Amino acid sequence: MNHHLLSVADLGLDGLEEVMVLTDSFVEVSGRAIPKVPTLRGRTIVSLFYEESTRTRLSFETAAKRLSADTMNFSVASSSVKKGESIRDTVQTIEAMGVDAMVVRHSSAGVPWQVASWVDVSVINAGDGWHEHPTQALLDCYTIRSRKGTLDGLRVAVVGDVKHSRVARSNVWAFAMLGADVTLVAPPTLLPPSLDGWPVTVSHDLDEVLPKCDVVYLLRMQAERQTEALLPSLREYTARYGLTRARAGLLSDDALVMHPGPMNRGVEIAADVAELPCSLITRQVANGVAVRMAVLFLLLGAAPRG
Amino acid sequence: MVNATGSRVADVLVVDDEIVAVGEGLAAPDGTWVLDAGGCLVAPGLVDLHAHLRQPGKEEAETIESGARAAALGGYTAVVAMPNTDPPLDTAAAVREVLDLGTTATCDIRVAGAITKGRAGEALAPLAEMADLGVRLFTDDGAGVQDGRLMRRALEYSSALGVTLAQHCEDTALAAGGHMNEGKWSSRLGIPGVPAEAEQLMVMRDIALARLTARLGSRVHLQHLSTAGAVALVRAARAEGLAVTAEAAPHHFTLTDAAVASYDPVFKVNPPLRAQADVDAVKAGLADGTFHAIATDHAPHAPEDKELPFDQAPPGMLGLQTALPLALGELGLPAEAVLGLLSWQPARIAGLDATHGGPVAEGRPANLCVIDPAATWVVEPDRLASRSRNTPYAGRKLTGQVRHTLLYGEPVVVDAQALR
Repeated sequence: MNHHLLSVADLGLDGLEEVMVLTDSFVEVSGRAIPKVPTLRGRTIVSLFYEESTRTRLSFETAAKRLSADTMNFSVASSSVKKGESIRDTVQTIEAMGVDAMVVRHSSAGVPWQVASWVDVSVINAGDGWHEHPTQALLDCYTIRSRKGTLDGLRVAVVGDVKHSRVARSNVWAFAMLGADVTLVAPPTLLPPSLDGWPVTVSHDLDEVLPKCDVVYLLRMQAERQTEALLPSLREYTARYGLTRARAGLLSDDALVMHPGPMNRGVEIAADVAELPCSLITRQVANGVAVRMAVLFLLLGAAPRG
Repeated sequence: MVNATGSRVADVLVVDDEIVAVGEGLAAPDGTWVLDAGGCLVAPGLVDLHAHLRQPGKEEAETIESGARAAALGGYTAVVAMPNTDPPLDTAAAVREVLDLGTTATCDIRVAGAITKGRAGEALAPLAEMADLGVRLFTDDGAGVQDGRLMRRALEYSSALGVTLAQHCEDTALAAGGHMNEGKWSSRLGIPGVPAEAEQLMVMRDIALARLTARLGSRVHLQHLSTAGAVALVRAARAEGLAVTAEAAPHHFTLTDAAVASYDPVFKVNPPLRAQADVDAVKAGLADGTFHAIATDHAPHAPEDKELPFDQAPPGMLGLQTALPLALGELGLPAEAVLGLLSWQPARIAGLDATHGGPVAEGRPANLCVIDPAATWVVEPDRLASRSRNTPYAGRKLTGQVRHTLLYGEPVVVDAQALR
C-alpha cells in the first residue's frame, strides 16, 4: 500500500482486498469487551476537517483510539485559519509538531493532493469536494461483502446526485474493481457531464432498475439543488427517484439498502424504509470504524518514522 | 534575417534607434557594439496583444518593470497591457499612469483600455478620450461584454475612432461556477466545468455583431480562443470576409485538461485548458491563417494565490518567456509563419505597425530580436524575470531561445541576459 490514501485508484484491487481481509480482524477487536489494541501506541494522528462532519471525523478518531494512537483534532472554527493562515502553512506547522498522519476533509476537490505535496507524513483523504471519499467506499465494499460474500457479479444501483457526490466518485470505481455491475440512476441534471470511461450503465427509471438489483445505494440529496435549476423541486425528485415504501416493495427479498449518511428522511429515502431489515445503514457506520482501523494500520503499522 | 517577405543572410547595422543598413558583409563603424547572430534569426521584435502586468493594484505579482523585463527576455519589443488592474484602465488618467510607468521599461508598453466603465459591462468607458492617448485596442478582458446591445453600440461608436474591440469570449451564465474544461476530466475530478459552448456562444454573437456593424468598418478581435468550435466559427467568418481577427495562447496549443489531474492550480487558466481535439484544432487554425496572432495571456499570480484549493485559486499562467520557443517547437510551421503570428500580424492588430513588427529594413526603428532556434533550455520558475512563478512548463526542456533584444536600438537583452 501507498504512503497516502487519496483515492480508490491509489489502492488498486490488491489494496482493496488487503483492507477487506484486515478489516475482519478489526471487526473482531471492536467486538471485544475492551476494544483496544496497542498497535499504534506512540503514533499521532491529526484530523484536519475544513468542512463539518460528524460520522467521518468521529469514526477516524474512534479508529485511531482503538489502535492506541494519540489524536489531535483541528477544527477550523477555533484555529489560525480564521486569521487567514493558508492550508500550506497550517499543515507544515502541524507536521513540525511531529505527527504521523493527517486525515483531511475539505470542501474543495484536490486539497488532500495539495497537502500531500507539502508534507512528508501520510495523508488520508476523508472527503474532498465532489471528488472522492475512499474510506467510505472501503466500508461500503466491506459491508456488502460481509452480507453477500462477494461483490463479483452483484448488480448495484447508485441512485441520486452523482454529479455532486464524492461518495459516488469513490464507490463506483471500488464496486467495479471488485466485479460489481454498477447502474447510475438519476435525473440527467444530477449526472456528471461526461461518463466517458466510467464502468457504469445509466438509467432514469428507478422502478425498472429496482427489481433487478442486489444492492440499492442511495445518495444524499441536498436542498440547494433546487435553486440551481437542477430540479424543479425535492418533491418531484422524491416522486421519481426516492426510495418510498411502495418502491421498496419492488426490491427482491435479499436486496440490500445502503446510504452513506446523513440521510434526508422523506427525500431520497422514506423514514420507515431506513428501518427495514434490509437496510444496512447503521451496519455501514459500525464497519466504518473497523475499516479505518485497517487503513491506519496499513499506513502506519510498520516501524515508526525516522 | 527574417521578414514577412522571406529570409536571407545579412548583417544589420543600427545607429541610435534606427536600422541604417541591411546587407551582407557590412562594415561596422569604429566603436560599434557587435552582437553575434551567427546561426540565429534576426527578426522584428515580437508583439504581445495580451499581457497582464498587474500594475496598478497587484504589484506583488508583477510590475510593469518586471513584466517588461520578462517580455524583453522573451523577444518582445511591444506588449499590450490588459486593463483588468485595480483600479481598471477605463479612463484617460488610468491609461496615462500606465503609459508613464512604461516609459522606462525594457519593452514598449501599450495599453488596452476597458470597453465599459469599471469593466462592469453596463456603460461605455470614455473610448475617444483613451484613443486620443494612442489606445488602439479595447477590451473588458477577464470578462466578456455580456449585453449584446451594449457590444453593438461599442462597435458602432468605436468604428469612428479606427480602433479594435477585443473580446474575452465567454457566456458567463453558461460558464458560471466552472473552474476547468467541462468534459471527461472535470467529471472524473469532481471540479465544476466550463463547457466549450460558453466560448462558442459569444464567438457566434460577436461574429453576428461584426456583420451587423460591418458597414461602419468596425473591427472585432477575439481573444485566446481555445475550442475547436470557436476555430471553425472564425474560419467561416473569415471566409465571409468579415473584419474579425483572432488570437491563440501557447498553453492552448501545448497543454490539455488532463494536466488538471494533479490538482495544481498552476494549470488553472481562463479559458481553461481543453481537450486534445481542441488543441489540434487551435494548431490547425494557426497553420491555416484562421488565427492572426499568438498572444501570451501572461497572467502572473503570487505563489500563495496559486496554493489555494483549485476552485479558489485565480486563473492564469506566465507566458512571456516561453511563447516563442513553444511556437517554434510545437506548431511545425516555418520560422517566417511563426514570426508572423508573433510579430508583424499582432503589430497590425494593435495598430503598432509603424514602429513594431518589421520589416527589418533601412529606415525602420530598431526593434529587433535575435533568436537562436537550436539553443535548448529548461524552464526554471525561479529564474524567470516575472515576480511570479506560475509557469505550467516548469522543468520542460524548450528548443529556441532569444539571444538578444533591441528596443529602439538599445540592447536590452544580450546573450539571453537582461541588461537592466
